[in-house]
Amino acid sequence: MQDGDVSGGTALPLPPATFHILMSLAEEDRHGYAILQDVARRTRGAVKLGPGTLYRSIQRMLEQGLVEETRERPAPEDDDERRRYYRITPRGTAVARAEARRLASLVELARSSGLVPRKA
Amino acid sequence: MRLYDALLRLYPASFRAEYGEEMRRLFARRRRDAQGAGAVAALWLGTAFDVAASALRTHLDILRQDLRFAARALSRAPGFALTAILVAAVGIGAATASYSVLDHVLVRPLPFPGADRLVDLWENDTEHGYGRTELSPANYRDWKSAARSFDGMAAYTIRSSNLAGEGTPERLEGAAATPELFGVLRVRAALGRVLTADDGRPGAEKTVLISDALWRRRFGSDPDVLGRKLLLDDAPHVVVGVMPPDFRFPGRDADVWTPLAFGASDYEDREDCYLKCVARLKPGVSVEKVRTEMRLVAAQLERAYPKENRRIGATVLRLRDEIAPESRWLLMALFGAAVGVLLIGCTNLASLLLARAIGRRRELAVRTAMGAGRERLVRQLLTESLVIAACAGAVGVLLAAAAGPLVARLVPNALPIAENPPLDLRMLAIAAVLTAATGIGFGVVPARRACREAAGANLHEDSRTGSGRATERLRAALVVAEVTASIVLLVSSGLLLRALWKLQGTDPGFRSEGVLALRTVLPMPRYEKTEERQKFYDRVLTQARGLPGVTHAAYISFLPMVARGMIQSVFLEGHTDGRDDGLASLRFVTPDYFAAMGIPVKAGRDVAPSDTAASPFVAVVSESFVKRYWPGQGALGRRFRFGQADRTVVGVVGDVRVRGLEGDSEPQVYVPSRQVPDGNYIGYVPRDLVIRSAVPAATLLPELRQIVAQADPLLPVSDVRPLSDLVASDTAPRRIQARALAAFAAVALGLAALGIHGLLSFTVSQRSREIGVRMALGATPRDILEMVLGRSAVLAGAGALLGGVLALGAAFAMRALLAGVSPADTATFGAAIGLAAAMTAAGSALPALRAVRVDPVTAIRTD
Repeated sequence: MQDGDVSGGTALPLPPATFHILMSLAEEDRHGYAILQDVARRTRGAVKLGPGTLYRSIQRMLEQGLVEETRERPAPEDDDERRRYYRITPRGTAVARAEARRLASLVELARSSGLVPRKA
Repeated sequence: MRLYDALLRLYPASFRAEYGEEMRRLFARRRRDAQGAGAVAALWLGTAFDVAASALRTHLDILRQDLRFAARALSRAPGFALTAILVAAVGIGAATASYSVLDHVLVRPLPFPGADRLVDLWENDTEHGYGRTELSPANYRDWKSAARSFDGMAAYTIRSSNLAGEGTPERLEGAAATPELFGVLRVRAALGRVLTADDGRPGAEKTVLISDALWRRRFGSDPDVLGRKLLLDDAPHVVVGVMPPDFRFPGRDADVWTPLAFGASDYEDREDCYLKCVARLKPGVSVEKVRTEMRLVAAQLERAYPKENRRIGATVLRLRDEIAPESRWLLMALFGAAVGVLLIGCTNLASLLLARAIGRRRELAVRTAMGAGRERLVRQLLTESLVIAACAGAVGVLLAAAAGPLVARLVPNALPIAENPPLDLRMLAIAAVLTAATGIGFGVVPARRACREAAGANLHEDSRTGSGRATERLRAALVVAEVTASIVLLVSSGLLLRALWKLQGTDPGFRSEGVLALRTVLPMPRYEKTEERQKFYDRVLTQARGLPGVTHAAYISFLPMVARGMIQSVFLEGHTDGRDDGLASLRFVTPDYFAAMGIPVKAGRDVAPSDTAASPFVAVVSESFVKRYWPGQGALGRRFRFGQADRTVVGVVGDVRVRGLEGDSEPQVYVPSRQVPDGNYIGYVPRDLVIRSAVPAATLLPELRQIVAQADPLLPVSDVRPLSDLVASDTAPRRIQARALAAFAAVALGLAALGIHGLLSFTVSQRSREIGVRMALGATPRDILEMVLGRSAVLAGAGALLGGVLALGAAFAMRALLAGVSPADTATFGAAIGLAAAMTAAGSALPALRAVRVDPVTAIRTD
């Protein structure tokens, strides 16, 4: 069932949704809706996570220790009392880095095969 | 939003509780942002997909977790896991195996297209009390032309023949059939063609259709077999076709089919009845309607031929129902017993799970206190029950497959179906679902209640009170149910065993020990002349008697229990009105037959070599013949007309159970083989050889084969067996069934003992403090023993009482199978109750011992 590298118990490659969420949280702590918006903005609308995919991913990421719920809240005027905020853990950062490295070396391989145009 | 809420219900409740509210808010915002019908539709579509996919994944995650958890929990309690799985597996296996054979024999359509429209037609002879007799060609012709309800009608007769030529001669079973047979059954040849009307024409080349098995065995599956010639009964037959492997008509041992055609002379004698008849109903015509029509047709014929067709009616039976009622009963009883075992297995599983749920109350309470949702706990327990059911199902299939060869012997030979029933997966599924339902009912529900109670309760709460007591009562009820069921099974199998013993103790009328039987069928027309046959018999018998150890040897037309019919009318001297005085079975014998079989000659003499066609015609009759026709008088010298001749009684011999150990046999008449007129009764001429010897029969066989081969090298030797096997095979289905039922009863007994043991152990451990207090207050070990054993005695007593009543009902229901043993047989009931008592004692022994060994100090200090 597990394919690819295993980084501290988390199987690589990461599911795309998980990687997107980690990238979004690497910047700052966010609540669910903010993650969705951020992912859409970064990918210029190419990736639109649904709420179901988002929260199922978050549930798994919590179990795997990639993210945590945070008790520190932003300024009160930005905050909705009912929202939960998520923060990337050091382990989450390490796993995201490992995934980024994996992807980069993959792209490097593709480039040496002439599949990716070199930048001028 | 309501639609979205509904979608959210696809998630597990724990996930919904955690994230549902936020997901709703997220969705609400998106919904507000979406402008225009297209955008809204796209949003809904995307959302539905999102929810469905992620909900499924969430469920799979949980399932994976729960399976891991269940595997861990079960491996921590291997005793529980193994017992639970085995207990359920035995039930599932028994029910599946017995239903497979029941379905195969009684339920499943026969392997012909539109098989539900196939019927058998028989004559019935109410005057002599026969429900199904064969037809004469003339009556067959008249029925066929008069009846309007059929799409087709065909006649056939069982015809076995000698295959000679390359290799050892072989005796082949088969049928001679009118060409309509294959159209009526809607079957085609796998290779070549079936028989047609041209095949039977006078002067046409003889043709034969062969079975797939014969094609493989004798021709090595040669595709060029068509056109080759088979030497059947001395005549070359051209092979015109090979039937498919699943064609087994009329029975599963049929290997050759030859054409059956009638000439003008065949229609002359309306009392020459040898045809079986199969027909296909027109679509929409009911069997009832056909019965009415055939009654009218038969009545018409009776008016036209008042002498020959006197009181001859027509019997119409579905081909499917062409099975002996005893076979049907045996299968039903077996299945009933298997269901009993399944229910006992479920009861025991329930009891085990209840005990486990109670034992786990504290664990569940702890986990609830630590924040595990009740839904999650229940779901885990559910998975555990389902894992047990699945394992039990798998083991059950193995058990059913292992039991296959045993139950296959209950498939009657005479049905056109395979010997080995395929495993019935529907029954397997039903049994597995029942097990799973038991697991859910008795594993999850109590656990759920325990969780609910534990949710706010004190972890130190003693589990002796409240639901503990209720559970104990439930388990006590289950034990009573188990004892009840095992008593019913014990009594049923006990009664069937008694019936079997009674039948096995029945005197067949001959002594089978030390007798070898084999068959050599003389082919016609080569042996049409009586003198030709006699030369063969004399040569073989003289040489056989010369073998070391052989004391007697003789030929007879058919051994008892092999062919049960061949019944002829008896006309006593002085009767002239044309009506017979009764019926008797006819056998042609050579001298020495009675000595070889050990049948006592009560008066007069055996048939003698001097009884020839030139001397007065004689007969040897059985005692029942004398009793029936000349009661209280001497029979020697009396005359009667029988088998187309007037005969004088020269001897009286003991009765033989021609029709088997069960049921009544007609009186017997034996006629010397030399007094068969040339060309007469050619199907009845002696063919079975019996040899009585002082040495083991098997050592004689090579020499006997040689003697036959020297007398006629083209003649196959078939049906070689000790006479004792013949008698044993008469009760074989009963033996198998009694064994299966006894095994079921033993399993039930073991399960009930296990149930009692489990309940008492549980009670003793729950009440160890009470026992300790009692002992501290001066109770003796004897008092404690009485307390524990008293309880098991009460439960067993209640079960025995209930079981006794139900067993009596079951016994009366299967009275038809009991061969005259009383359904209320005291010995059987006594033995069953005795066994149940022993089982109770065995189940109670360990817990009672444990109770006596309770140390008052430790017990009181606990908790």
